[in-house]
Amino acid sequence: MSELRNIIVPLITVFGVIIIAMSMAAGLIWLERRLLALWQDRYGPNRVGPFGLLQVLADLIKIISKEDWVPPFADAAVFVVAPAAMFIPVLLTFAVISYTPGIAVTDLNIGLLFFLAMSSLTVYGVVLAGWASDSKYSLLGGMRAAAQMLSYEVFMSLSLMGVVMLAGSFDLRQIVEAQRGLWYVVPQFPGMLIFLTAGVAETRRLPFDLPEAEGELVAGFHAEYSGMKFALFFIEEYLGITLVSVLISVLFFGGWLGPLLPPLAWLAIKTMFFISLFILLRATFPRPRYDQLMSFGWKVMLPLALTNLVVTGGIILAAR
Amino acid sequence: MSPVDQKNESDIVTGIVQMFAGEDIIPEPPTAGPPTVWAPAGLLPRLLRSLKEDARRPFPMLYDLTVVDERLRRHRPGLPQSDFTLVYHLFSLERNEDVCIKTALTGDMPAVASIVDIWPAANWYERESWDMFGVTFDGHPHLRRLLMPPNWEGHPLRKEHPARATEMEPFRLPESKEEAEEEALKFRPEDWGIQRAHDDTDFIFLNIGPQHPGTHGLLRIVLELDGEVIVDAIPDIGYHHRGAEKMGERQTWHTYIPYTDRIDYLGGVLNNLPYVMAVEQLAGIEVPERAQVIRVMLSELFRIASHLVWYGTFAQDVGALSPVFYMFTDRERVFDIIAAICGDRMHPNWFRIGGVAQDLPQGWDGLVREFIAYLPSRMKEYDRIVMQNRIFKGRTQGVGAYTLEDAIEWGVTGPGLRACGLEWDLRKKRPYSGYDQFEFEIPTATGGDCYDRALVRVAEIHQSLRIIEQCLKNMPAGLYKADHPLAAPPPREMMLRDIETLIDHFLEIGWGPVIPPGEVSAGVEASKGITSYYLISDGGSSPYRLRIRTPSFPHLQMIPLISRGSMIPDLLAILGSMDYVLADVDR
Repeated sequence: MSELRNIIVPLITVFGVIIIAMSMAAGLIWLERRLLALWQDRYGPNRVGPFGLLQVLADLIKIISKEDWVPPFADAAVFVVAPAAMFIPVLLTFAVISYTPGIAVTDLNIGLLFFLAMSSLTVYGVVLAGWASDSKYSLLGGMRAAAQMLSYEVFMSLSLMGVVMLAGSFDLRQIVEAQRGLWYVVPQFPGMLIFLTAGVAETRRLPFDLPEAEGELVAGFHAEYSGMKFALFFIEEYLGITLVSVLISVLFFGGWLGPLLPPLAWLAIKTMFFISLFILLRATFPRPRYDQLMSFGWKVMLPLALTNLVVTGGIILAAR
Repeated sequence: MSPVDQKNESDIVTGIVQMFAGEDIIPEPPTAGPPTVWAPAGLLPRLLRSLKEDARRPFPMLYDLTVVDERLRRHRPGLPQSDFTLVYHLFSLERNEDVCIKTALTGDMPAVASIVDIWPAANWYERESWDMFGVTFDGHPHLRRLLMPPNWEGHPLRKEHPARATEMEPFRLPESKEEAEEEALKFRPEDWGIQRAHDDTDFIFLNIGPQHPGTHGLLRIVLELDGEVIVDAIPDIGYHHRGAEKMGERQTWHTYIPYTDRIDYLGGVLNNLPYVMAVEQLAGIEVPERAQVIRVMLSELFRIASHLVWYGTFAQDVGALSPVFYMFTDRERVFDIIAAICGDRMHPNWFRIGGVAQDLPQGWDGLVREFIAYLPSRMKEYDRIVMQNRIFKGRTQGVGAYTLEDAIEWGVTGPGLRACGLEWDLRKKRPYSGYDQFEFEIPTATGGDCYDRALVRVAEIHQSLRIIEQCLKNMPAGLYKADHPLAAPPPREMMLRDIETLIDHFLEIGWGPVIPPGEVSAGVEASKGITSYYLISDGGSSPYRLRIRTPSFPHLQMIPLISRGSMIPDLLAILGSMDYVLADVDR
């Protein structure tokens, strides 16, 4: 009996997480369009179903029924693999997040390292997509993506080391437990800002959407994609937003911790707040130029992350 | 354009005649147009160079260059014999003087020396003239078709070229022709005068357009790239060419007005104005004061509408998604007023020869007053979200800058010129339609970069509001259309007075007004720069030649000059800051 339980409960958790993450990503398409519309003085999708909620379903039916097309000039194998190469690492990262004290796919003691490793992998998907499309717009987008994501990854991981030092662990559950007294956003405020910035850059959202840059590169690295493969890029983007938002909540805002409401509700509220912030950023900012983005990363963010690391370390040492 | 004054005019002409004493220079009898002299083709390069560089009285701007096919023209009293006449229109902004140099060419396919080495801006004008008339310019570096497709046959603005599809052979596309057409579309860098590689760098060639979200219309720019840095950029225009000038030659004077709406399709009545002004000058019509003020008010409303579109799309070009929605909403408010007055939004077709189509509707003042009260607070918000945004400044300051000398050399007018520091606005310098009665300022900036062009346009919106407010307060009573036999269509109320007015009405509705022979050029300060119409009447019911000088055409020609060495995103900022309309370029 208990053996069966040992199999069934993790299975339920695994599928539950996948289903919730995927439907979150799909729902975010609706949410983003409605929120952007709200901030831009227009209606957004409001026709299909209540509040236009079924728009997502309609889009899904449309996109699934589209022809699965590979451009004749593209490198077919890589072209097909690229969306999956982006999509899978993001989905995998959801496995190491602890949603409540009891719910986590796995309690990996190097959970944070696993996330950093996986987020490094997604860059391959972008570069491969840009390369395999054999189109100049895609190539330029892929090149921009490679440079941008690699450089922003450097201080993304550095910004998290303060949290790791304070909690003394890479395990996300222990990091949350360590925030019972004080959320890490207070001692690690610069770290939080840097991680948020890097998170936006990693998900390639405005103001860091240079790899896509609609007005310049049309759609950048996924200009040649259509149908379900295009949808994978799209869902990956929203999964990425969800992931970064969950991580900010978990790492800096006490995860599931909070009074009265059940733990999962607290995590959901915090996550939704950051997701909305992502969308608000998109509604607000223009796009910097490529060289401005790079110099901002290397000349401002990296020194800031290093300073944060050194200062945190110094204070911990002094307090001992 | 209206003459400066008679004395000054004869000064310029006598100056030129004296300078080239002994040569065959013939002054043209004074007309409503700028002072004009005829010079032989052989003298042209020397004459133009000395006019450009003359220390005492230089004309540094080549304002327009066009050709007139004179072979079927009947009324040419006292003018030299000519089959094709080249018209060079030169400008001196500093002294507010202009002069026309005409050259008579004879023969079926005449040739003349190119002046690209004198004015680089002549490049496109000469290509257009060759494309449209078959006049060859010897020494031109790249004399290829500009507006027509590369393998088009014939030169459309020549009088023998049919104006209607029904006069031509039925269109057929056999396989051989289809292949030839496709072959003609193949990209060969050598045809565009660019290299494939330099030293050990192989360049990338990137097509921006003709379908691209950043070009705002059918424009193609071939980029020669080294990484993301632009080595060269070559605009390819003509995708929006609709033969507006050719159409003018078979429409009546009156029925051509709707076509002008569609030249700069964001400018609405700003296009009607120079055309009807030119016709009125030919016909000698005095426009009543009320009609003039209505014209000014609608023109300024359209200037605001046009600038709002530019504001939003420019912000979008540098990546800000939201402003364009706010500004289009505001533009819709302008259109509400325009639709209440004119009955249509973008193409109101509202000005008439001698006035406007109808009187202002009841309640127009309330709409205008509401709008004047509404816009300034919105503009303040836009200032905060766009102009003061740091990323926006980073993307536009110091990008796409040109000097005042460059601007004059390349024929830049409008906000692009004023952003270089020169306070030059046709509404002030040569007031038309009663602009001298209004109080307003000419906004300028000093840097000449993308950000400064934006600053000037934003300030212009405020000045336009000021002018509209004055129109609102001081709208005179009176006629909205001149009481003149050539004012078209004649006011219906006057038609039933006696048999004469009835006959006038009948002829003008059935046939169109017959405008006395003559030549005239009338320009206005449109939202993008100076738009002017050069009309030749041969005493018929339609123009003999109709030339539209648009501001977007010379502006777009500058793209290679100001985008070399910058990056792809800069190019998009430059295009956005120029505020061109492709229909205004291609006509």
